[in-house]
Amino acid sequence: MHTKNILGFDVPDFIEGFGDVEHYSGVWNKLKKENIGETIISPPVKSRVAHTSKMKNSLKEAIDACNPHDGMTVTFHHHLRGGDYIVEQTIRYLAEVGIKDITLASSSLTSAHECLVPFVKDGTITRIFSSGIRDELGKAISEGHMKNPVVIHSHGGRARAIKTGRIKIDLAVVAASAADCEGNCTGSFGPSAFGSIGYAMIDVMYADKVVVVTDNLVDFPCIPPSIRQHNVDHVVKVETIGDPSKIASGTTRITKSPMDLRIAEMAADAIEQSGVFREGYSFQVGAGGASLAVAKFMRDKMKAQEIKGSFMIGGITSYCVDMLNEGLFNALFDVQSFDAAVSTSVHGNTNHVEISSDQYAGPYNCGCMTNKLDVVVLGALEVDTDFNVNVITGADGVIRGASGGHSDTAAGAKLTVVVCPSFRGRLPMIKKRVQNVVTPGESIDLIVTERGICVNPNNKNLEVKLKEAGLNIVDIDKLREEVDKITGVPVEPKFTNKIVGVIEYRDGSVIDVIRAVDTED
Amino acid sequence: MEIKNSAQAGTFESSDILVMVEPVAKGSGRDIDLTSSVYMHYADSINNVIIKVLDKFKIEDVKILAKDKGALDPTIEARVETAIKRALDIQEGTL
Amino acid sequence: MAARRKRRTMLYIPGNNPAMLQQGGVYGADGLLLDLEDAVALNQKDAARILVRNMINTVDFYNCEVTVRINHLDTPFGIADLEEIVPLQPDAIRYPKTESVEDLKRLISIVEEIEKKHNIENPTMTIHAMIETALGVQNVFDIAAYSKRVDCITIGGQDLTADMNVVKTKDGNELDFARKRIVMAAKANKIDAIDTVFADVDDDEGLMIETEMIKGIGFAGKAVINPRQISTIHDVFNPTEEEIRKAVRIIREFNKNREAGIGVFAIDGKMIDAPVVARAQYIIDVAGIEI
Repeated sequence: MHTKNILGFDVPDFIEGFGDVEHYSGVWNKLKKENIGETIISPPVKSRVAHTSKMKNSLKEAIDACNPHDGMTVTFHHHLRGGDYIVEQTIRYLAEVGIKDITLASSSLTSAHECLVPFVKDGTITRIFSSGIRDELGKAISEGHMKNPVVIHSHGGRARAIKTGRIKIDLAVVAASAADCEGNCTGSFGPSAFGSIGYAMIDVMYADKVVVVTDNLVDFPCIPPSIRQHNVDHVVKVETIGDPSKIASGTTRITKSPMDLRIAEMAADAIEQSGVFREGYSFQVGAGGASLAVAKFMRDKMKAQEIKGSFMIGGITSYCVDMLNEGLFNALFDVQSFDAAVSTSVHGNTNHVEISSDQYAGPYNCGCMTNKLDVVVLGALEVDTDFNVNVITGADGVIRGASGGHSDTAAGAKLTVVVCPSFRGRLPMIKKRVQNVVTPGESIDLIVTERGICVNPNNKNLEVKLKEAGLNIVDIDKLREEVDKITGVPVEPKFTNKIVGVIEYRDGSVIDVIRAVDTED
Repeated sequence: MEIKNSAQAGTFESSDILVMVEPVAKGSGRDIDLTSSVYMHYADSINNVIIKVLDKFKIEDVKILAKDKGALDPTIEARVETAIKRALDIQEGTL
Repeated sequence: MAARRKRRTMLYIPGNNPAMLQQGGVYGADGLLLDLEDAVALNQKDAARILVRNMINTVDFYNCEVTVRINHLDTPFGIADLEEIVPLQPDAIRYPKTESVEDLKRLISIVEEIEKKHNIENPTMTIHAMIETALGVQNVFDIAAYSKRVDCITIGGQDLTADMNVVKTKDGNELDFARKRIVMAAKANKIDAIDTVFADVDDDEGLMIETEMIKGIGFAGKAVINPRQISTIHDVFNPTEEEIRKAVRIIREFNKNREAGIGVFAIDGKMIDAPVVARAQYIIDVAGIEI
């Protein structure tokens, strides 16, 4: 019954509340078949009589018009991040009218969603699909308070799951910072502007019912129509969609932490010497810490060597916008914007292109944009000596992270760089085996720590190049031993046999499961 | 040695440990009250380091309050030693 | 030929800060200055001393030259610092406010006493004399010449300008004489001179200009207060490709001629003698090349 998958992780063939398991079989093993042999579901056929109103007086009225029922699937996007009010308001109302057994499929869940804990505990929500889960909600799930295991997917994996009907959407609630009466809407302007609305684009195409919620109803037509009226059933004007200070604020600054800067500098040197840093290269970095700081060093190198890149992609920060405006890259492809300053660029700059999660990272299409990536720089909660990366569970075993585009970009990029300190708050970050794997080591090329750069042994050429360039290359097993000596070997958390989370690889196979933490003693 | 005064050493900063030493009645033994940001992972290890330093100074009766934020062993040892020396009034060269 | 120690950057680390001490070796600085003096509050001197001792005993600082800046012997802390640090034999101690040969004499006799007490027969620890007063600048030639244990002279800009009752400025005009005199005293004794810190950590360009200046007058390197400054300083001190090529050629020719028993030789019509070879070797060492 219990099986070790090809990465050596203990994943059963059948999971209660999830079903039969298709085991992970390698980064490209499934996707290399150009025809997958699955089908895309038919979107519902809808119609509308001319000159009738889509406007509803309240979110409640709009939900009532969407045939709420037990066992329904409700989806959201997470572009309102920590400031979101809409998920809570929707679920609270559904609970109020007695709906049970809801499947919540938000593109991700943030600190704004701790309020869902009681609804998980009382059976209003019995299943969650999400890229990430944090804080009290993550804790409640890890402690086993939810009926069925949550499914953790990547951003590309979510697009796949919606297209194949794995997530069969009954109701998509789409928060927008500007919308018109027909449902043309955007996140790129308005008092609650959040930039790209890329994660909602796929939902509105396949959902049975689509409700657009805005705090900023504009005269028809809303330009740009990031999401278009022919996919929208109802429109609601509300007082506020969220707390703007927590939705997106200011500009993103490069870290001043000497440690993060040191790691970023080492990573940038490795990228420079790897062979992929050349005219026309494409690049993706994270939104903060060492990962974003790599952009600062690459920016200096591009200027000094007069190298111009092709595009940046992903979660876009104002730092990426600056690089676009300086002419260092030709275009930005933006599925999610990380700070307020980005919105104006999405709105006004034609070379700053808003894209859907499917175009960004979807594995079930004729080629997503992460497939065109040269370099991606990613973070990690922990890594192991097989280069596997955990970005979902913390050192205490509790769900506290997000899969995001981690495995999508790692699979696509020619050079995948993980930046992480060798230890954090005394806890060593390089393990013999990560607690949970989200991104398989096969798709990781470099792990950069302040104590040296580890090169995946499956990339011998790269190792030779970096060594010749005089970079500090260290063997990952030796580095793990060195760090263990500094920190001491930690006692690992204890788990029960109950499976509380299933980690899907981007292709829909199961790469790992998350077990409940043992709260005895 | 016998602890006569209360004393403390260390800080609340990350990678440090704040150690407070208090006298207790003779014969009441060692009472170590540890909180730590990495309690699950290192509680035993931290306690052992504290005990090692107490042994070194032959202190049998004491109350230790330790608030750890991920300090490494050499830091824990240093803070406990400093607190004990201050409590014993045998610290040198300080104001 | 013995490789000269690279001393482009010496990173100050506050002696009572475990987070920075435990990571001191990872920033790529040539040397570390574990500071028991100005960076430590007066009521934490005992704590810092014990912490620094434990860190030196356990932390791998990789290839860094490890130097401890102790408190002056006129303070209540100096002796206790030496008692704790000397037995560990770090690469060096940095002695603040060195003003005269008498200061060194007193320091070295106490150091030797402690070494004797701990049965350290061949002590390797050197002394970096820090010049921070006008009197120290006046006496720097004697200070640099006094003992073989002194292998580095450093200048402390903040205290020196305070002693001179002048303002420390960005162009450093007020330190010009002191810097050059200190360099000359070091050079006359074939030891290194290390420059003072550059206080504005956000001013990369200012740091670069000052580093070019102090490199130009003969300093071997500079003290650093934030790891972010390290790569800027290294960039200035690192030899250019042209310099490296030339140095490699000189050393190759030198080795060839030495095997043939020839002492002085010429490249492109220019005579190559011992000082030129030594300079070439230094460039190769800094560049981290093995021939």
